[in-house]
Amino acid sequence: MTGPTFLGMPATAPPGVGHLRGDESFPAAARRSLADPQLRRNLRHATTTIRAKSAAVIAESPDWERLRAAGAAIKADTLNRLPELLEQLEARVTEAGGVVHWAADAVQANRIVTDLVRAAGADRVIKVKSMATQEIGLNEALDAAGITPVETDLAELIVQLGDDRPSHILVPAIHRNRAEIREIFLREMPGVDPALTADPAALAAAARRYLRETFLSTPVAVSGANFAVAETGTLAVVESEGNGRMCLTLPRTLITVMGVEKVVPTWRDLELFLQLLPRASTGERMNPYTSMWTGVTPGDGPQAFHLVLLDNGRSAVLADEVGRQTLRCIRCSACLNVCPVYERAGGHAYGSVYPGPIGAVLSPQLTGIDDNASLPYASTLCGACYDACPVKINIPEVLVHLRAEAVDARRRPTAESIAMAAAAYTMDHPRLYEAAQRASRLSRLAGRRGRGLPPPLNGWTGSRDLPEPPARTFRQWWAER
Amino acid sequence: MRIALFVTCLADTMFPQAATATVRLLERLGHEVVFPPDQTCCGQMHINTGYPSDAVPLVRRHVRIFDPYDVVVAPSGSCVGSVRHQHAMVARRAGDTALTSRAESVAARTYELSELLVDVLGVTDVGAYFPHRVTYHPTCHSLRMLRVGDRPRTLLRAVRGLDLVELPAQEQCCGFGGTFAVKNAETSTAMLADKMRHVLATGADVCTASDASCLLHIGGGLSRLRTGVRTVHLAEILASTEHDPAVRG
Repeated sequence: MTGPTFLGMPATAPPGVGHLRGDESFPAAARRSLADPQLRRNLRHATTTIRAKSAAVIAESPDWERLRAAGAAIKADTLNRLPELLEQLEARVTEAGGVVHWAADAVQANRIVTDLVRAAGADRVIKVKSMATQEIGLNEALDAAGITPVETDLAELIVQLGDDRPSHILVPAIHRNRAEIREIFLREMPGVDPALTADPAALAAAARRYLRETFLSTPVAVSGANFAVAETGTLAVVESEGNGRMCLTLPRTLITVMGVEKVVPTWRDLELFLQLLPRASTGERMNPYTSMWTGVTPGDGPQAFHLVLLDNGRSAVLADEVGRQTLRCIRCSACLNVCPVYERAGGHAYGSVYPGPIGAVLSPQLTGIDDNASLPYASTLCGACYDACPVKINIPEVLVHLRAEAVDARRRPTAESIAMAAAAYTMDHPRLYEAAQRASRLSRLAGRRGRGLPPPLNGWTGSRDLPEPPARTFRQWWAER
Repeated sequence: MRIALFVTCLADTMFPQAATATVRLLERLGHEVVFPPDQTCCGQMHINTGYPSDAVPLVRRHVRIFDPYDVVVAPSGSCVGSVRHQHAMVARRAGDTALTSRAESVAARTYELSELLVDVLGVTDVGAYFPHRVTYHPTCHSLRMLRVGDRPRTLLRAVRGLDLVELPAQEQCCGFGGTFAVKNAETSTAMLADKMRHVLATGADVCTASDASCLLHIGGGLSRLRTGVRTVHLAEILASTEHDPAVRG
């Protein structure tokens, strides 16, 4: 592990708290999900549907490429002057009656939120769907302090009641079908009708009944934020159910936990991002529920507002010239929906709350490469994610950059590093290269023609043939013609 | 036109028919092909697996060997993608500014075969004959790194006798991804299974693409399952004539 960044922030998100690290490597975790036909079917159906919907509304936007370029530029500018914008945000929120807290990492953020809930005298909080609070493991921290967190986003509620983990940024229960959801509700939802069917409308009605009672009787809400406007101190949450709106307006106290990269400079910037986000994420032209608030409004909505600004490794990401673009992410999940690896392996294989291509670049940067070394390799570098990204994060470029970091982080030579060095040496000496071509052909002819090669090449021959070795290499043909 | 052939190590060693076809095609069209013999590998495997420092001498070699030529062609979207989008990055990372600008200059003169034919040589009907039902897989790097777009399909549509069938979900990766096919063999195989399902659904007897690597992958799967569908490089189809067919029977 490296030392703190030049900003004094810890270089990595601390281990032992939150959900950025899996228990096993990507290939090992993927093996299980690949063998689950129901999961494969759910993922194929869901990603194909969202892809088609999003492609249709993007196709009808004549200026989509210009919107993307503007989104990338605004985010790049924001990151270039992040400290200044955060201080401006703090000043505006404070002027508007809010209280701003700075959390260097997950441990601090969890402690700040727990103390605030306790100070409000509550033993239960309602939650708006939030990636930041999943990242830091806030629900576990609240539970440990005797405070019950209730997820109010339908999919997050399914995940929470099922004692499960989210597997998609936008559709956390994408791995569950309605029969499974019915079973979870019957087993775990207080006061559920035992005659509940698996009809989607019936399932939604059951969740609605349960949540409405909770909304009316819980004095504290915790949310994340999609955007925070430095110029005005305004926070914004976009969602599609209205449950977020309930949490943001009904309780007496509202606590928002937000990654520091969510700030945008001006109010007008929202005009752009509120066009980019729904089209790229849910395939909608306009987001259904967009809630915005600035501090506290006397007599209307929560009368106490706290904003927790979370670093948790982000300053270190910001310090990396290539990796920095990862912080432009607006959590739309377009990259997950187009990723052929995600579509087959599913979100849990990534071991982190951030799955898919963005997770494969974000998680190892937040935790340090040692704890997520297999993730940068969980991609064919096909480039579909880069094309889909509404803020033009060059994910393949960052993946390749992190692979080099993973190799450099190994303390001693490996079979792979020795083979790579030998291959590079051979390729830099044409006579050796020709000798290697002849040797490989002879060994193939003498052996079993590519069947049952030794590890790691058996990874290929387990499911694929190698062709008969050609009679002559190209250069032999050229020399003899 | 005098054209230098960047054969790529994979085509040279494992898929020479793609390279010999490129030579025969360009010569038939009246161009001179030269083969600089000291070329080896562009270093893409090293760069993409996390060994950019090991790739520096390979980038230097590639740039030195191809710098003297005005036009360079490779029968591979992936290797051209590496030359165009990675060589300068590797040189820059190594702090070699002279190599960076030379790499950029060579990259600007390096073309994938369909780009060379359509954009540089201005030809879409190469006079080929290939009487088979064919489906085309637009490889990821041709599609998204080079943006070759419709060029390969335009060339294929002009081939006499060829019945071109659209491949469903064609923009999806076949699951090769270089060392991904070995490091994540099971996810790779799952992607390959879907690609093969789509290829078989077309009823084509030939699956073509402009990358030997993807063809080795798709072809390796089609062969293992004994589907009887063969993989043929785009250059082989374009080089094919009545007198010199790429596929007999």
